[in-house]
Amino acid sequence: MRLNYPGTIRVVRVPCTGKVDVLHILRAFEKGADGVYIVGCLEGDCRFENGNLRARKRVEQAGEILKAIGIGGDRVKMYNLSSGEGTKFAEFAVEMTEKIKELGPNPLKKAKEKMAA
Amino acid sequence: MIVADKKPIEEIIDMVKDFKKLLIVGCNECVTVCEAGGKKEVGILASALRMYFMNEGKKVDIDEITLERQCDHEYLEELRNNIDQYDAVLSLACGVGVQFMAEKYFGTPVFPGVNTCFMGVTEERGVWSERCQGCGQCMLGKTAGICPISRCAKRLLNGPCGGSTKGKCEINKDLDCAWQLIIDRLKELGRLDDYEEIIPIKDWSTERAGGPRKVVREDVRL
Repeated sequence: MRLNYPGTIRVVRVPCTGKVDVLHILRAFEKGADGVYIVGCLEGDCRFENGNLRARKRVEQAGEILKAIGIGGDRVKMYNLSSGEGTKFAEFAVEMTEKIKELGPNPLKKAKEKMAA
Repeated sequence: MIVADKKPIEEIIDMVKDFKKLLIVGCNECVTVCEAGGKKEVGILASALRMYFMNEGKKVDIDEITLERQCDHEYLEELRNNIDQYDAVLSLACGVGVQFMAEKYFGTPVFPGVNTCFMGVTEERGVWSERCQGCGQCMLGKTAGICPISRCAKRLLNGPCGGSTKGKCEINKDLDCAWQLIIDRLKELGRLDDYEEIIPIKDWSTERAGGPRKVVREDVRL
């Protein structure tokens, strides 16, 4: 396929999206990520039955926390695709990157710079 | 177990916003099982608070620890040597743990990180419901193992009342009538004769109405 997707994205592989925890998402932001999105299998097609449904819930929880603390709940999102949909993977990457560009960088970066100054 | 619910993060922020060095203490028992105050929740809250304060431009140090229990001296003692370096403690234990912490470390402000709700069971993942009110005089033997004190809205000892309709309670159509459950189970057990026995007035002095309670067991005291 040799599809291109934005180089700003760092892929973290997990055995199943059900392994992703709220804390993993929050830590990514704490370390300066501008956005986090989880790409799981299609709902109803999880090999472990409900891993991707758990992931969706955790993404929602993380979003609520990020909103409450002023980082922004829109910076985190759940996507679903089947393993054969490489083009969709690239599309999601582009869509998320554009959304994050709209939202601007993680506000913590500025705050950190200010505190260091 | 003691069931607790999460406190809104805004409320927690409001409690601890003026402190510079904060210790978040989780509990490995009940609140871990009901996913409100275990190691994982401590990590999430600590991460969220760190980000909040950083975003606000405040330098706040936040440490995390999760104790085996917060309702026993020996585990709380683990904090003895370090507690003084913190301005405040945010305890994610139930109200019991929060209070024991406050009693033990008199000079350190302690704040509750969860809302303690009741003694109950895990009906299914994410659903907990009340089963016991600790009335001090258990009568489950007479009521087919179903507690009218904690599960009947009126705490009736000889029910059901007129508000029981099709097995549901009048206060909420999704709530089972405890006395309907009792009768159904007595029937199943072939012990409906128990139902005919009038339960006398209960001695409520062993319940919370009699003031704060205490159990002293001379047989196990050292």
